[in-house]
Formats: sequence, structure tokens, C-alpha cells
Amino acid sequence: MAAVAGNAWLFGDEINTDTMAPGLYFKEPIEVMATHCLEAVNPDFAPNVKSGDIVVAGKNFGMGSAREQAPMAFVHLGVGAILAKSYSRIFYRNAINFGLPVLIFPQVDEIGVGDELIVDPVAGRVENKSSGVQYEVEAIPAHLMEMISAGGLMPWLKQTRGKGPGKG
Amino acid sequence: MVQTLVQKIIARASSRESVRPGEIVTCKVDLALLLDSGGPRRIWPRLKELGVGVWDPDKIVLMTDHFVPAVDAQSAAILKLTREFAAEFGIKNFFDMQGIGHVVLAEQGLLQPGMFACGGDSHSTNGGAFGCYMAGFGAIEMTGVVVTGEIWLQVPETIRVNWDGDFHKGIVAKDISLQLCRELGMDNAFRAVEFGGSTIADMPMTERVVLTNMAAELGAETGLIEPDEVTLDAIRAAGVEPVTDALDWHSDPDADYLAAHNFDAGSLVPQVAAPHKPSNSGPADDYAAVRIDQAYIGACVGAKLSDLHMVAEVLKDRTVAKGTRLLVAPSSKRTMAEAAADGTLATIVEAGGNLLATGCGACAAMGAGILAEDEVCISSTNRNFQGRMGANSSSVYLASPYTVAASAVAGRIADPRELLV
Ligand code: SF4
Repeated sequence: MAAVAGNAWLFGDEINTDTMAPGLYFKEPIEVMATHCLEAVNPDFAPNVKSGDIVVAGKNFGMGSAREQAPMAFVHLGVGAILAKSYSRIFYRNAINFGLPVLIFPQVDEIGVGDELIVDPVAGRVENKSSGVQYEVEAIPAHLMEMISAGGLMPWLKQTRGKGPGKG
Repeated sequence: MVQTLVQKIIARASSRESVRPGEIVTCKVDLALLLDSGGPRRIWPRLKELGVGVWDPDKIVLMTDHFVPAVDAQSAAILKLTREFAAEFGIKNFFDMQGIGHVVLAEQGLLQPGMFACGGDSHSTNGGAFGCYMAGFGAIEMTGVVVTGEIWLQVPETIRVNWDGDFHKGIVAKDISLQLCRELGMDNAFRAVEFGGSTIADMPMTERVVLTNMAAELGAETGLIEPDEVTLDAIRAAGVEPVTDALDWHSDPDADYLAAHNFDAGSLVPQVAAPHKPSNSGPADDYAAVRIDQAYIGACVGAKLSDLHMVAEVLKDRTVAKGTRLLVAPSSKRTMAEAAADGTLATIVEAGGNLLATGCGACAAMGAGILAEDEVCISSTNRNFQGRMGANSSSVYLASPYTVAASAVAGRIADPRELLV
């Protein structure tokens, strides 16, 4: 997986999945749901986030519901990676399964709004081009990187289990 | 090697003698719970894409609860697809409009001590009250489970939480859970919470599940309680024989806990969690000035028969305040029937309460009872994140069924103890 480059969007601690994929739009397809992603926290995010941009957040990012539409919304909006102090267990697992790199990054407070970042999830490196600072981060564990590199759980299942068109 | 209950269950499910916290293992799944929300509607298209079926239809339990009854064309289509999935794959344990999945699992006696279970919903931790390992996963991972019957896991550390002593009148398990969200925080990933102590030993299963249900709010991998006679009686009451080794599923006496927390039930007062997170909790009295538009009794955690009994106890010979509405969505069809038979529903309706259909309802803004801009609600549900029950500017306060009912009578947040003497 190649490095991703984009601008930083900053969020605080304990951003929950109800705000990422609101229940009010739960029956809608992801294209619609994604336009409401984080609107209660920052209404400018979904309309303006660009492909490759990096979400930078505090602790327990993605707490709450198991809804997979939370990380899916980020993938749909083109978010390149997420850097947070810590993650909720379900959000972390869901994100990995969609091939979205989620890195534990203790230094989020050193990142400014819109900073130009380059994130290399394989090497475990984050470069802040705006401040000129480079960070070594904990690389994603090998057994999970295998899944991310395959593109997520579905491509991985296709490699290991797919049998071509079958029941249903 | 001495192990906690969590380690023992994971060791069994991964065919090992023992496991250590931090190890990554692959577990065989004994039961997979799928709900209409993140179940067939999200999993079936993926099965088609892969060209595969399900690994074992008899280990899948399927329920409709989030979108029942259908309120528009979209929810009707989701329910139709869910029913078709059950027929297509021969899912015998399909419970259509029977209640909220976590509650129906318990009612049906489908959980046994020592089991390793996965659910496509964060509150799957509810099941841990039966001495099993049950955790929530997203639909993408449940797709993997449904195809392979396996899931990877990093063995969590175990935290022991002991509650000893007797509650004062009007204090219940929900007050414990709200207090724990504040004390332990909501960031407990890679940890499992094992509840114990005399207070919990004295609780019926309907109260114990509140603690494990809200282990999800603690951010824990799961919450669980060592099985005892109360557990076995609940399984028998569902018409199922407990597994023969049921009582062997407990932590070793000198097991290695990451931490142990001890609390005294006698000093607990009714708790209310202010917007917008369950850890914003404090004594109900601190919020006595808050006027409410809606009082909501619902959800897997807060509308079981025992919860409705608390509500009726408060409402007997009283009425809901003018300008406040009380909505009650019993958590299962069986709850509805039993509460109808014993007069509980009559008491609630006579007091001015509105009865809603069984299901997740307004809890996650997917069913009836959602909030308008700037409205204020007190709710027996488990989460009060911004916009969870409706408009982004609405606010939700979480409390026990006692406190919600007392607040409905007062038209503002109220300590139920004043009404229970
Ligand atoms: S009642 Fe609420 S918390 Fe429980 S399963 Fe339904 S939406 Fe989730």
C-alpha cells in the first residue's frame, strides 16, 4: 500500500459513530449517508473533504455503534487515512476490513487544521510538510496489514474462499 | 496456567489449553446473531459477490428489530429482504418482530455458559450475562463469520468490577452502569469487564444483562458474569437444559486481572447521564432543573418486564405531567404479553403513557418516537450521543426506568426515591 497525502481535518476526543453515520439516514445508500458524515460535529467536513485528506482525532475515535457505515463513509468520501490517539474496538476492526488505514498517533495535538500530511502506513511514518516534522508511528500489526494490503476483507475472502457465482 | 473466564472461553474456542492477553487467535463461532439493521441487507450482497453460502444455518440467529414495524418503503424493503434471507438459507432461528434481538436471545434460552458468540451489533455484550463470551462486530466482519464460522481476536485483559451490599429503594443496575461509565471511562478497548460481588449475585438476570449490555458503553471487548444458579434457572425458564459443565465456567480464584474495582451499592444514588455521552453522569438531583419534552422507556437495556414494573410502580395513581409525553416501547412481544396480563400496561396507559410497538424504536432514531430540533428527552436507553434519537440539536439524558418514570410525572428530571417511599 502506497503512502497517502492530503490535508488534515481535526476532531476532538470520543467522536462517536452515530455522528459519522446518523441513524436518521440509516436506510439510505452510503452515497447519501456519507453526505451527513460528522455534520453534527463539523458541517463543513463532508461537503469539502478531498480525496486523500487525513482525519486527525483524539482518543476513542469511533466509539459506540457497530455500524460499518461509519468507516465506509470515510472511504466513500476519499479519506486516505485516520490518525487518532486511540480507537474504539469495533471502529478499528471495521476500518481495517474496508482497507482504511487507521494509525495510533499520540501527537495529534501537534497537527494544525489543514496541515499537509503524508502518511505511510506500511513504513509507519507520518510527515507534516507544513511544520516540517516527521513522526515514527506504530505500524499496523502484520496480520492486519495483510488484510489492508489485499484491499480489505472482501478481496481477502475472494482470494481465500471465493468459488464464483453460487447460492443466492 | 490460571486464567480468567474470558481466557478460558477463548482458549476453548481457539482449541488451545490456555491463552494469554495480547495473543492473537482465531476462534470458532458457536452462535452468530444477525439483525435487520446490519444483517442480510449488508451481508447477502457480499455472499452473492463471493458466490458462497453460509457456513452453518443452525448457528445463525436472525431477528428483525431495528426497522419494525415498517414505517416507509425503505424499511419495508429491508424487512422483506431479511425474511427472504431466512427462507433462502434455511435459518430456523429466525425471530420476526418478536422483540429486540438481545432480549429475545435470552428469552429463547439460546445462550449458554462457555459459548463463544458474535453479534452484528455493539450491544451483543448483553449476552455475556449468561457466562459466555459475546461481542459485537460490524456487518463486514459478520460477513466473514457467516462465510467461515471463524473470527480473529486479540485476547483481552480482564478487569474485575465488584459491587457489594444492598441498594437503597429506587436504585437499580442502570444506576451502576451510568456510574461506571463515569468511573471507568468509555475507552476500554482490549479489555473485558467481569462483574461480580454480592449485589450482582442477588440480581435477577433481567438486571444483570443491563451491566453487560452497557459494557459496550465502557468500550470493552465484552462484559460477562460468572454463571450461578440464577443463570441456570433463567436458561431452564426458557425451556432449555443448561449445558452440563455450566458452573465450571468461572475465573480461577487467583486469576490475573488487569485491575479490580470495588464499589459499595449502599452508597449509590440515582444516576443521570447528561448530553451527549453516558460518562457525563452524576446524581439525578444535580439535574432537577431540567424540563423535559419526552420521557422514553425503550431499548434492549431498558424496557424488559422488570423495567416496565419499575415504571408502573412509580406511575400507579399518578399522571404524566402536562406538556410532557411518555412513550413506552416494550423490548419484546413476550414482555408486552406479560405486562398486559399482569396489569402493568394498564397502569402505564391510565397514567397517560403512550404505548409503542415492540422494537428498537426511537433508541437509534430508526423507529417511532424521534426528537425534533431542541427537544429534551430523558430515556431508559443506553446511549445519548448527539443526534442519536433525532435532530442534532435535541438532547437526551439517560437514566433508570424508575428515574425516567419519576421525571415523566414531574415534567422535569426527578429523583424517583421521593415517589417510592
Ligand atoms: S434497542 Fe437501541 S441499543 Fe438496543 S439493539 Fe436496538 S438500537 Fe441498539
